[in-house]
Amino acid sequence: MSHVPANDPVLSVEHLAIGFRSGARTLRAVHDLSFQVARGETLAIVGESGCGKSVTALSLLGLVPPPGVVDGTAIRLEGRNLLGLPEAELRRLRGARIAMIFQEPMTALNPVLTIGEQIVEAIREHETVSAKAARGRAIELLNRVRIPDAERRFADFPHRLSGGMRQRVMIAMALACAPAVLVADEPTTALDVTIQAQILELIDTLKRENGTAVVLITHDLGVVAEHADRVLVMYSGRKVEERAVADLFADPLHPYTRGLIAARPRLGGADRTRTRLTEIPGTVPSLAAMPGGCAFAPRCGFALPACAAATPPLMPARSGGVACLRAGELDAAEPARLRAVGA
Amino acid sequence: MSLLDVAAAPPSLATPRNGLLTRLLRRPSALVGLLLLALIVAMAASAPLLFPDDPLDMVAQPFLWPGADPAYPLGTDMLGRDLASGIFHGARVSLLIGAVATLVSLVIGTGTGALAGYYGGRVDAVLMRLTELFQTIPPFLFALAIVAILQPSIPTITLAIGITAWPSLARLLRAEVLKLRHGELVQASIALGASDARIIALHILPNTLAPIIVSSSILVASAILTESSLAFLGLGDPNVVSWGGMVGAGREVLRTDWYVATVPGLAIVAAVLALNLLGDGLNDALDPKGERRA
Repeated sequence: MSHVPANDPVLSVEHLAIGFRSGARTLRAVHDLSFQVARGETLAIVGESGCGKSVTALSLLGLVPPPGVVDGTAIRLEGRNLLGLPEAELRRLRGARIAMIFQEPMTALNPVLTIGEQIVEAIREHETVSAKAARGRAIELLNRVRIPDAERRFADFPHRLSGGMRQRVMIAMALACAPAVLVADEPTTALDVTIQAQILELIDTLKRENGTAVVLITHDLGVVAEHADRVLVMYSGRKVEERAVADLFADPLHPYTRGLIAARPRLGGADRTRTRLTEIPGTVPSLAAMPGGCAFAPRCGFALPACAAATPPLMPARSGGVACLRAGELDAAEPARLRAVGA
Repeated sequence: MSLLDVAAAPPSLATPRNGLLTRLLRRPSALVGLLLLALIVAMAASAPLLFPDDPLDMVAQPFLWPGADPAYPLGTDMLGRDLASGIFHGARVSLLIGAVATLVSLVIGTGTGALAGYYGGRVDAVLMRLTELFQTIPPFLFALAIVAILQPSIPTITLAIGITAWPSLARLLRAEVLKLRHGELVQASIALGASDARIIALHILPNTLAPIIVSSSILVASAILTESSLAFLGLGDPNVVSWGGMVGAGREVLRTDWYVATVPGLAIVAAVLALNLLGDGLNDALDPKGERRA
């Protein structure tokens, strides 16, 4: 269905900037963000709360709520620039070529319609099909998202389904028209751990079957390690590092990435001692009080005076890029309090 | 797709899903309300058959106590008018005014509330200030003033009650729509490419129907009460019999022949009680999760 060759990016974001108007000022939530996702690829966007990852996800569908303002060079979906596209055109693409699943499957389904009717609606929003054909497709979709006894589940109301089942229904609705890109904003945060793994497996399988490109927004590095192909690390609205997933975990280049990886809880070593979780000191700066230069510098153990002078540019690094003046020399300059990193 | 269809959806796995009526009947208070209301409706429907003569005609000797003459089971008032005939015919007036006035309130109230809640911003500000303007005047006094100016008749009384009772409905609907408008359901639908019209028709209105239906039943009750109060004060339609008017007439003989005011008074109590019980029952029965609690 896609007219994009296999290795070209289906989704290409160029110099995206998102701001929120607050009185006379505009607070920048995302700065100069560029990335690409290819068919069948999963790009994970990770970062702390408030780093701009969710608003980036919304901008991909043109859903940034007012007073948010999106600009930049382009958000290209299958070669077509979505920025500046009229709302009616955007609406035709949403759900059809780019779809999104949300964090809360409990509240994203309509309590007074059966799940089958809701999937049928998702199909008929974009395609003119008979009620019978739509029903058949909805049941097939329920089967594909591994909902047992789909024929009967079709007539169930959302409140009869567990959280995991509801997220499966959301996925079925999102994939109803076989979109080229699926944006998943923390799709498993509201689910318990065993269900999380099943849902992510399901997204992986469907991605392989359809060649869908997936943008996975998460703060869970465990999820990233298992389900992403590439990782984009955001800090304070900027890309600080983008790498292939194996490289990122094996050899994180940015001090923030190192901090994130070090901050993961781990089981004790051979002696089964529990160690205190490593943390990144400080908090994300607020949009209204952004430091000059590298936004991470005030929390960074490696910061030099030069870091505060100018925002470090994104430099090419193995399988990606990193925006840090000291990226190449971190191992030599390991400060005491981050010694555990990469162990 | 309406709520009633939802309630009558095909049976599914664990427990059989029942129709709205069945779920309503499972609640004793709702059952009582429904039976009482059915009785009043039956009275209204059968009035011209059982009492073909004008209930305002003087048919027997005055002050016939209930039970004194089998031909007039509820007795007669000070002018010798048949109370039973008055009660039956009065039911027609009460139900008619209650239903039509509520319909007027529904149209104004849901329209105002839904537009204000969905579009927000300036639309919201203007419509809500208008609503507040109406709310500053006590509804009963407002209705009284309108009826006094326009001359009491069934249409003017209905209109007066209808245009004074809508603000609470508008506020309720605005809150419901606002909650849905910014919820994940609407956001997810937009992300799936749904249009404004489809979102309103499919996701917003069906999810506000339950509170609308419930408050409608209460509105009918309060409209009946307002109409009775107006009639009690002598601002009823002078050409038709009304429960409130009957109570008003009986007031003068309350110390000696208290039944003249009490009989129509009980009718009002029954009607208002029935509608309130029904409203409560509907509130539970319309909740799609209601079965769990039942």
